[in-house]
Amino acid sequence: MTFLKRKNPILRTRLPTLPPAARSRVALGLTAAAALGRFELQQCRECGMVQYPPREACQSCLSVNLIWKVQKPDGELLAQTVLHHSNDLFFRERLPWRLGLVKLDCGPTVVAHLHAAVEQRVRVRAMLDRAGQAVIAALPSKESSAMADDRQLREFTCDPKQRKVLVTDGKTGLGQALVKALAKAGADIVWVGHTEPWKKFPGFDELKNLPQVTLLPLDLTDSKNVREAAAEIAGKVDILVNNAEYHRSFGIGNRQGVETARAEMDVNYFGLLRLAQEFGPAMRSRGADGKASAVAWVNLLSIYAHANFPPHGTFSASKAAAHSLAQCLRAEMRPAGVRVVNVFPGPIDDEWNQLLPPPKLAPDTLARGILGALRDGVEDVYPGDVAQEWLARWRDNPKALERELSA
Amino acid sequence: MVLAAPVTVPYVRYSIRAAHWWLARAFSELLKASNLKKEEIDGLTVSSFTLAPDTAIGLTQHLGLSPRWLDHIPLGGASGVVALRRAARAVQAGDAQVVACIAGDTNHVDSFRLTLANFSQFARDAVYPYGAGGPNASFAFLTAYYMQKHGATREDFGKLCVAQRANALRFDGALFKKPLTLEEYLAARPIAEPLHLFDCVMPCAGAEAFLVMSEERAGRLKLPYVRLLGTIERHNAFASDPVQMRAGWALERDELYQQAGAGPQDMDFVETYDDYPVISLMQLEDLGFCAKGEGPAFVRNHSFTWDGSFPLNTSGGQLSVGQAGAAGGFLGLVEAIRQLSGQAAGRAVRNAKLGLVSGFGMINYDRGLGSGAAILQKSE
Repeated sequence: MTFLKRKNPILRTRLPTLPPAARSRVALGLTAAAALGRFELQQCRECGMVQYPPREACQSCLSVNLIWKVQKPDGELLAQTVLHHSNDLFFRERLPWRLGLVKLDCGPTVVAHLHAAVEQRVRVRAMLDRAGQAVIAALPSKESSAMADDRQLREFTCDPKQRKVLVTDGKTGLGQALVKALAKAGADIVWVGHTEPWKKFPGFDELKNLPQVTLLPLDLTDSKNVREAAAEIAGKVDILVNNAEYHRSFGIGNRQGVETARAEMDVNYFGLLRLAQEFGPAMRSRGADGKASAVAWVNLLSIYAHANFPPHGTFSASKAAAHSLAQCLRAEMRPAGVRVVNVFPGPIDDEWNQLLPPPKLAPDTLARGILGALRDGVEDVYPGDVAQEWLARWRDNPKALERELSA
Repeated sequence: MVLAAPVTVPYVRYSIRAAHWWLARAFSELLKASNLKKEEIDGLTVSSFTLAPDTAIGLTQHLGLSPRWLDHIPLGGASGVVALRRAARAVQAGDAQVVACIAGDTNHVDSFRLTLANFSQFARDAVYPYGAGGPNASFAFLTAYYMQKHGATREDFGKLCVAQRANALRFDGALFKKPLTLEEYLAARPIAEPLHLFDCVMPCAGAEAFLVMSEERAGRLKLPYVRLLGTIERHNAFASDPVQMRAGWALERDELYQQAGAGPQDMDFVETYDDYPVISLMQLEDLGFCAKGEGPAFVRNHSFTWDGSFPLNTSGGQLSVGQAGAAGGFLGLVEAIRQLSGQAAGRAVRNAKLGLVSGFGMINYDRGLGSGAAILQKSE
């Protein structure tokens, strides 16, 4: 195994800087698409013109009837430059920096961050930069496994390779799939939280035998325990994956009392709050800590965070609360360049969704989706068919979805 | 219509003054040069990047002026030619009798970065977040593309820069006072490849100005003056070209030469807008001094010094004088007035009767949008 050379701990840790974040409102269309991993450009509904940079009107027919539409990402590299000087602190600290001028097959010419291995034909991607705003990156037209190692690309992605990761719950099927996938992806260390250290859970030995894994007693309902865990490792965590959740079925009428709902809130909402308070400040301070700095915080939410699913009504409410808090966390982590990735799966194929009909999301598939999001620089992840369908319905008409879910 | 009273307020690298100070100095120098009273100048154009939050109208109160004709011309490197065109029409139409065209900018230690970050909506959305290289990055693309398409070499661009430095050594107002050799040019540190240090203008503070009036009025004032024979402007030309290799001059040059009754072969010197040398080549091609793509051969055939075979940017251009913001768009015009009115001592182009001045401005996104040109004639 190779390790990145880490910073001399005696030296001052460099404070995080961000690339320029100001955008016009209309340009945030690129950010909205990039957050989901899509490459969309503005297109005129009247004449079909694809245009960039974003405008308030069609430059061809002056219609204001414009939409953001997925475009083919292929193009030709017209010219390239290597910056040895920048007027901005973020780039100044990262010079030299490669840029390209790319003529897209769909029409416009774009300025793009340029991957070191590009040839004349390129494929562009809209990615979120450390400021959380979309930028266009031009990558080799053929994907390769070494592609992700590009120095500039790593400034946009949160690839777990050579990074230290905390997975808050190793007991669940998803937790175990995540830990294995992270180890396989080249993470240096994976701390794996488990709530009841006196009990061996199924799969415990298999995880324990992975050379990257260190087990860590961690109960998100216990403030003192979270604080102790943070005191031990928060200053080293590059990626935090909060997959711990408490999930029971039923809505309001089928259960007496608030104990179950309170337990859901205690893990799903207050658990996130405790983690954020204890781990957030340390990760924020390490946003520019050498080549393997703190980069990402992943929250396992639910598609039900967007619209309540009455058969799992209190669970939905706890995830909606967590989603709202995650938006707050995202805003607070952004100045450090640490990305908050929210994952909105449909029902996971686990014991708590036993009565739901398929399709259900296999933990392996979900784990792959989360790693893909880290690698691709995406911040909102809707893995699997159910989540994708709900996302489409929600974006199309939230009120219709509310009625459909309560049918 | 004629131009008179060429004024340069000596440039400095950094200034603690505001743009208003530089514009005030330019205006008062115009009065000194013309012996006119403030009230006798009844028209005003103002060009400046750093005047915000003020515009031309605010400047009238700041300087106690009461013009009957006023224009704010925020077109960067095209400001000079465009201001001249507006002023000449105003005088021709009788809206004003004497128009002061002034341009100036200050340069604080951090003002260039702030100008870049908010230069335009497209720059803020689609260029500045990409390395914040400013115009260096945009012109690096154009230069790289031009080199690969037309076979230009660094030596070609270097030849222009070295010749302009030789010219600048004979202009008191130039900030660069050291001779430059091709070896030094080639050995300079890279800024945005293929651009190196001496390919890039240096931002500074300064101001330029001139007066526009009728020939009859200039005669009465006994001012040395030059005639305006023809002038054109064209903006956002060839918008669908994937990368800028030509601009508005290519569309309007026939009109320009027709107005002037002269052709490119008749020009005794040329002042291009030269924030980067590749743009000078583009102007020489588009204005018909050589065919498109033949810029490199043209460079190899000429010497470009004030006393050479094709005098170009005879005061040193922005590359050797400095780029005082919008005043950079006036530099060539002011120098052309000096050349054609006997005020270019020490670098006067021999027997110069006709000069061409071209302007180019506003890298809004990936290219310069504004272009313009004027042909000026000696008065006898």
